[in-house]
Amino acid sequence: MDRSDRPIIAEFIDVHRHYLMGTNVVKALNGVSMQVHKSDYFAIMGRSGSGKSTMLNLLGCLDRPTSGSYMIGGRDVSKLNDDALSEVRGREIGFIFQSFNLIPQLTVLENLEVPLFYQGRVGAESRQKAEYLAERVGLGQRLEHRPLELSGGQQQRVAIARALMNDPLFLLADEATGNLDSNTEREILDLFDDLRRDGVTIVIVTHNQKVADRAERTLWLKDGQVERLVENRAAEVPQ
Amino acid sequence: MIRDSWRIVQLGLKSLMLHKLRSSLTTAGILFGVASVIAMLAVGEGASQEALEQYRDMGVTNVLVRSVKPEETQQTSSSMWSILDYGLTYAEADRIENLLPQATVVRVREVQRGVMRGEAFRVTVVVGTEPQFLDVSNMAVAEGRWLTDLDMLNQENVCVLGQSLARLLFPLENPIDKTILAGTDDRFRVVGVLAGQGRAAGPSGTTYDECVFVPMTSSRRRFGDTIRNLSTNRFELTELHEIKVKLSTSEEVENAANVLREMLRPAHATRGDYEVTVPLELLKQEEASKRMFNIVLAVIASISLLVGGIGIMNVMLATVTERTREIGIRRALGAKKKHIVQQFLVEAGVLSALGGIVGVGLGMVVPQLITYWFAQRTVVLVPHVMLAFCISAAVGVVFGIYPAWRAANMDPVEALRHE
Repeated sequence: MDRSDRPIIAEFIDVHRHYLMGTNVVKALNGVSMQVHKSDYFAIMGRSGSGKSTMLNLLGCLDRPTSGSYMIGGRDVSKLNDDALSEVRGREIGFIFQSFNLIPQLTVLENLEVPLFYQGRVGAESRQKAEYLAERVGLGQRLEHRPLELSGGQQQRVAIARALMNDPLFLLADEATGNLDSNTEREILDLFDDLRRDGVTIVIVTHNQKVADRAERTLWLKDGQVERLVENRAAEVPQ
Repeated sequence: MIRDSWRIVQLGLKSLMLHKLRSSLTTAGILFGVASVIAMLAVGEGASQEALEQYRDMGVTNVLVRSVKPEETQQTSSSMWSILDYGLTYAEADRIENLLPQATVVRVREVQRGVMRGEAFRVTVVVGTEPQFLDVSNMAVAEGRWLTDLDMLNQENVCVLGQSLARLLFPLENPIDKTILAGTDDRFRVVGVLAGQGRAAGPSGTTYDECVFVPMTSSRRRFGDTIRNLSTNRFELTELHEIKVKLSTSEEVENAANVLREMLRPAHATRGDYEVTVPLELLKQEEASKRMFNIVLAVIASISLLVGGIGIMNVMLATVTERTREIGIRRALGAKKKHIVQQFLVEAGVLSALGGIVGVGLGMVVPQLITYWFAQRTVVLVPHVMLAFCISAAVGVVFGIYPAWRAANMDPVEALRHE
């Protein structure tokens, strides 16, 4: 299926994000437009200072643009208040972080249940789903372990399962393999490929060319603007 | 809803377990606050009940006029053989009867004597009094009979024993109709034994349980009005040691007390050798001082719980800072501000409620120990316990508000970046 036939699930329309540093205005993002389609594998690259982090925060609804619109699933979320943004994060976005960010005092199972807990979905449903997803990422036997009892790769798998718990519109990965050795990195990237074959949309922010190469498209940022958008023909378009 | 709340509480417990020592130290602040409040209230309540009962035993419709031995000066004590003349007189008792015709007036003389029966001996007080004494003092006879008007008239050598004295003198036999020896040559036939009176006592301070009661007329005739005080070896001239005045209602008490004070003042002005005791006034004073005590206690309690609360706030602020990252993660995963507030409030509440629960336990045990070791009556009242516990829980929540608010208002982006 061609990309243009697939619905747009996340879209930036001329997004600006300016910070006030003392008396200077820092233009972290300066008119960025882009579209993420369903089942995209979308990488965002750039040097430090290019606006990557700002873009990540905006994509994750952790921040609001100074101007411009951010549409998620056809809805403009750029003017929502804090509670509504929390709601959007909880329902539509699956976060994966560089340092895994599991809650240390909770078991794997409890960590997996956190996103649904904030939607009031606790009990048998969330438990079954957590068990299923733990199985899916290959950690079905580790449900009662604490994060610190797991290796880095295993922790990241838990984090990926957690990101999938709420059936998000897209996964948002921030340097997801930055803290992993190259073997584990390959395993995690293979898992992403796997998920993508199942139709999961992945947006990955990275500065690692190897990671970006596995994506379908790469958006290069420079000085808060889109430098170029590269189609990576090597990556398979999912069937 | 209940399952959700339970989960939040569980989560709170889990987070507190991360720092067991810190959590328990913080809890200890609340614990000792709550325990000391309960214990102090229990001691205060016990003491107050004891005092109230004592005044009630003296009779709330009674006014007691007692002779008081004046302070001895150099002059008066210079001679061993001078007679110390002080106190209430028979004439004054008669005047009181005339002034307060509706009141019952009972005369009391107390003479210290060694009392003997066979091998058993005890120095005690022989109370010479009138038949109405029993009613006015709210006492009862356990065995035999009380003194009668006829005993008075005939100056009979009969006596009634206080309960513990009866047991001491007659450990094995029935005392009724047996004879006891008071002093060297005064014999009295026992006609009755009083029921236990507890702490009730006359002006000498010896409890009625240990006294011998004889008719007023017999006491006067046998012992005379001049009494050699056994402890100071001085002669004292005292006609009456106490005049008990019983009014028919408690409304008349205040007025009667004023009349008595006015009446007695001129004759005794320079010597100050009497005192008017009004149990009802004491009762009211005790109630007032109990209120005062409660206010003081409330202040102390608030201070100790305030200190505990500051401890909780301190720890919660540290916790919030430490767990900034966790807050960021939770916010990223969809937690609203209210969820974060809830989480940390519950945590603070659990912390102080745990202290409250253990504190209540400790607060119930400590009064028992005080009673055991110091023979001090203590009374733990359920409302006091509830109050202390509720305050402790409230302290946690109140002092948790600011840390929770800080946690909730962190910028999620900053929080996630926090190391």
